[in-house]
Parts: sequence; structure tokens; C-alpha cells
Amino acid sequence: MSENSAETRELTMSRAMVSAIAHEMRENDEVFYMGEDVADYGGIFDSTEGLREEFGYDRVMDVPISETAYLGAAVGAAQEGMRPIAELMFVDFFGVAMDQIYNQMAKNTYMSGGNVSVPMVLTAAVGGTYNDAAQHSQTLYGTFAHIPGLKIVVPSTAYEAKGLMHNAIRDDDPVLYLFHKRLMGIGWLPAPDGPKTPVPETDYTIPFGSADVKRTGDDVTVVTLGLHVHRALSAAEDLAEEGIDAEVVDLRSLVPLDTDTIVESVEKTGNLVVVDEDYRSYGVTGEIVASVADEALAALDSVERVALPDVPIPYSRPMENEVVPDAEDIAAAVQRTQ
Amino acid sequence: MVPVNDLQEMYRDMVTARHYEERLQEEYLEGKQPAFDISAGPIPGELHLAAGQEAAAAGVCQHLRDDDTVTAPHRPHHVAIAKGVDLDRMTAEIFGRQTGLGKGKGGHMHLFDPEVHFACSGIIAEGCPPAVGAGLAAKKRNEDSVAVAYLGEGAIDQGAFLESLNFAAVFDLPVVFVIEDNDWAISMPKERVTDVENGAKRADGFEMPGARVDADDAVEIYEVAGEAIGRARDRNGPTVLEVQVHRRMGHFMGDPQTYRPEEDQEAAAERDSIERLERDLRNHGVDDERIEEIREAAHERVEAAIEWAKEQPKPDPSDAHEDMFVNPPSGVTDSEPDFEFAGGDD
Repeated sequence: MSENSAETRELTMSRAMVSAIAHEMRENDEVFYMGEDVADYGGIFDSTEGLREEFGYDRVMDVPISETAYLGAAVGAAQEGMRPIAELMFVDFFGVAMDQIYNQMAKNTYMSGGNVSVPMVLTAAVGGTYNDAAQHSQTLYGTFAHIPGLKIVVPSTAYEAKGLMHNAIRDDDPVLYLFHKRLMGIGWLPAPDGPKTPVPETDYTIPFGSADVKRTGDDVTVVTLGLHVHRALSAAEDLAEEGIDAEVVDLRSLVPLDTDTIVESVEKTGNLVVVDEDYRSYGVTGEIVASVADEALAALDSVERVALPDVPIPYSRPMENEVVPDAEDIAAAVQRTQ
Repeated sequence: MVPVNDLQEMYRDMVTARHYEERLQEEYLEGKQPAFDISAGPIPGELHLAAGQEAAAAGVCQHLRDDDTVTAPHRPHHVAIAKGVDLDRMTAEIFGRQTGLGKGKGGHMHLFDPEVHFACSGIIAEGCPPAVGAGLAAKKRNEDSVAVAYLGEGAIDQGAFLESLNFAAVFDLPVVFVIEDNDWAISMPKERVTDVENGAKRADGFEMPGARVDADDAVEIYEVAGEAIGRARDRNGPTVLEVQVHRRMGHFMGDPQTYRPEEDQEAAAERDSIERLERDLRNHGVDDERIEEIREAAHERVEAAIEWAKEQPKPDPSDAHEDMFVNPPSGVTDSEPDFEFAGGDD
């Protein structure tokens, strides 16, 4: 496929995300974006770059540093039928506004017996690998996925970023869209090669609950998401040289979770390695392992978990590198299953 | 001069709310005597009754239309009634029935009636940001609807309230914040939690108008609220309004109120905004016969709602698994990208 064809062009993840938002804003006057430094700055992580120039300040709103107010305002506007997108600059900031997220955004549909919908998207930058320390490096995937009522999506490439965003804005339920800073393609935070992909010009949706097999293999199933899709693929290339053929499953959404694709893969390989950039305990790795055990215990020959040890993320490079799983950690875990 | 029809409607809403709370109190205590078990009886769980606070609901909501949004806190019944929430389905919700506003999933602190844009939340002051969002939606759509956020005087120290004031002020949103000052935040009197006697002064820090009504006088509240809501409807920004009311009952049913001086309870019982409004009605030429007619109709309405609610089916246990999402996850769809994936880390 030509990268320069009229239908498809190669984009960074941030450009793909923005192109989906811009498309939806053109199509629907009820879509607007709110966040800190999203208008003139264009989003600290390029999540809104260029939107203010096209849509103006009313639809790309810089807001006070006041997360409870503006996330709650998004809930209120969504309940009135608008389709707000509100950005939490770093997911780590959730603590100052958690009531609006977990007591309102997540619960109002259920508590109203389905009479109220909250069609909003909450975007947030996640992840470490650039020495931003304990309050600016978390993914918190498990924290949010634990709360009933939120749909949670995590793009790993530009293709996913666009398709998931189209779906997130069109969905009538609250969606958390967690984008990894390292994947966005920001000048000052270089991305690996993987997330920049060809992206169709037209709109397309990636349904939630559809995991994607990014690499097929017969020996072991590596289930992961976000940045670690790329680290797992890198590990898989190294493992191939040793004769170990790893299948890499990109979850793409945590809620809903595509257990079928995982189970199908595990039934083929017999070995499961779950890789997560969140804390190990009570999190994504445990949940995936338990879900597979519920459905296909007999298929499991071995299980490994690769995640952050249960410590806050340390600042200094040697220590951050120690706790955030890398391709070598993933390869080692895979080797233990063989 | 307040239109006499408005006065009569306010009176209707206030006596409806008062009778409603008194009747709910009776229903609530069923099965909870002699030993009080909060989870027993036809209405289980916490119940926060608002008897004594009706004027704050009627005086403000009399100015509102169905498309105006109201958010209320954990003590919501009087406001819901004044806003025109479906009384039958609200009562069914409080009784935990399948046909309740939330199909029995919400209960009395979580009532949602989208038909009249009403919602409440059990978390102190956290209804303010969604009200601000409703105001934001109205402004963006260039509609003249407004939003009203109710909160208690104990909520004015919460960040959610203060953040909402700033947000509403800086974007000139059509929002009115109504503080119901019933003197007590459960067991804490106002003077022990804030040095600001007049909660409406919170508005000063945000360069917005604030007003306080010192007596629970429905007519005065109506007049002051009319200005604030008119200002919002005319796109002249938000207002804080504090209204003195009285908590005739405990914070919640079962509250022994041992912290509260007896004379304070007696004073609350004596200062009755409903009797005051009856005098106002007479001064406006409404005779006793008409007043009695309104009162009787209100009582009948309440009795009918309670009777209807109690006849409603209880939820099926399996209903607990429904209504998580408006768009239920549709299952797995194949959406493979049609290009070769180039993986690899840096």
C-alpha cells in the first residue's frame, strides 16, 4: 500500500487521534473538547494540535486548572445530550476529581436504570519511560477498569488511535481513552517505530472488545496493551531467533474485554504471558489470568505475569528502567514458559 | 407583587412535600420498631427528609421550566416535587420497585428524571459541576434554559462547589447555586466549620452576585430567586443564593439528634414556612376554603403515589445485571487493519 495514496497516509498516533476528533467535530456540532492547555498549546502531548485553529475557542476550550469542575461539567453537558471530550492532562491527576469520574460519570446510567446516558469521552495521557517520577508516570489501567460503568480503550498505534476515537465519540456511554505519551510521536518524546502506521483518510470505527492479534505464533500467547504491544513485538523478534514463536495480542480495550481472542490463542499455544505497565497486584495481569482460568483452565500449561512491582514509579533512570517492563523482561518471562 | 397563581402552586408543592415526608417517615419506620434496623421495612437504607426546607424548593423552582436543569443533594424530595418529577415513579424508586425512576437501582439519594432535567447525588456538593455542565450546554446551544444546583450550608466548604463557582463565573454560565442553610451539617453547626456567616458571600471571591434570604419566607425567596434566574436566563451569568431553612427532623431517619439543643428543635418546629405562606395567600385574597382544597388535593396526590408505589413489582434479582451501558458491548467484530503491521520498540 502506498503511503502517499489519497486514501491512506502514514501518521503519528497524535495526528491520527486529532484527525478522528476533527472529523467528528465537523460532522456533529455537539462535539466539543475541554481541557488544560488544549487550545493555544494544542495539548501538552499533542492531543489537540491544530483543533483550535479550525474550530475556535468555543469548541476547543481551555479551562481553569479545576478538574472537578470541568470533568463534572462534561458529565452535565453529556447528560443534556452533548458529546463532550474532556482531557485529564495526566491520568495521575485523577485524584483531584475522582468523585466526578467514579460516582457520576460511571454510575449515573446504572443508577437511573438506563434512563440517563453520559455520552462523553475522557482522554488522559498515561505511562512512564521518561523519568517523570511517581505522580506523572502511571497508567492506572486497573484502577479505572475496576470501576463498573466505564468503557476503557488504549490505542497502541495510529490506526487504533483513529478508529477507537471515532467509536469513543459516537458511543453513548462514558469512554476513557488512555493514550500513552511515549507512543504519540511528540518531538521531545521520541516514539518507537511501531505506532506510526498508515491510516485511512475516511472515518472507520474499531469496535470496543475486539482485541487484535498483532503477531501470530504457536508457542506462547503474550497479552498486552499500549506501549507494551511494541515491547512485546520486539521481544517476539528476538525470541524468534531462538526458535520461540510468540503470538502477541493487543487488547485495545480493557472494558469490554475480548476474552474470546485471548482464550482462542491460549488454546493454541498453551502458554500465557500477560504484560502490563500498571502495578502488579489487583490489576490487569491478575484479571486476564483469572479470566482465562475461568474459561480454559485445562489449556493453560504455564502462566507468567510481567508488570510494575508494587512500588511507586521511581525518578532516577536506573530505577525506572528496573521497574517498567522492557523487551528483555518480556522475553525472559516467555522463556520461563518454555 | 407575586402572581397569586404562583403563590398557590408554591403552596401546593410545599404541602405536597411536607405531607410526603411525614408519610415516608411513617412508612420508613414500619418494620423498624421497636428495634431500629436500618435495612428492615418497606423503605430500607438511609432516608434524609426535608421537612422544614420546602420554601427553598418551591420559591426557586416556581421560576423553572421543564427544560431547566436541577441537581439536588442527598436530601432531594422537596426539590424534586417542586421541579415536577414524576411523583409515582419517584415513590416507587424509594420503595425499591421495578417501575421506579431508576428501576430500584438508585434509591432516594439517586433520583433521575430526564423528562424534567432533574438529578441528585448523595455526595456533598458534587451535583454542582454537572449543573455547571448543563449551563454550559445551554450556552453552547444558544438556548435560554438555566441550571440550578442545590446544596446544603455544610457543602459550601467543598472544593466541588468552589470550583463550580469559578467555572460558572469565568464562562458566564446560566447557573444559580442555591444553598439551603438548615444550620446543621449532620451534627456540626455552621459556626464551627466556617467563619463566613453568610454563605452567599462565597460569591464575592468569584466576582458574581450573591444574596441571602434570612427567613424561610417562600414569597421573599421567590422574589430573590426570580432575579437570579432572570439574570441567568438573560445570559448575565451565575448567582449564589443562600436561603435560611429549618431542619424539622434528624439528618437521617434514626438520627438521635443528641448533639442538638432541644430549644433549637423547638424553634425549627415553630417557624413554619407553610403557615407563613397560608397567611400570604389570605393576604392575596385566597380564602380558607381554597387553601384547604389545595391541601387536600396535595395529600390525596401523596397517598395515591404511595399506594401506587407499594403495588409495583419488586425488581427481579437478575435485573441487577442490566443497565450498565446504554450501548451494550456489541461483541467482537473483525476489524483487522489492511496493512502489514510494523512492530518493534526503540
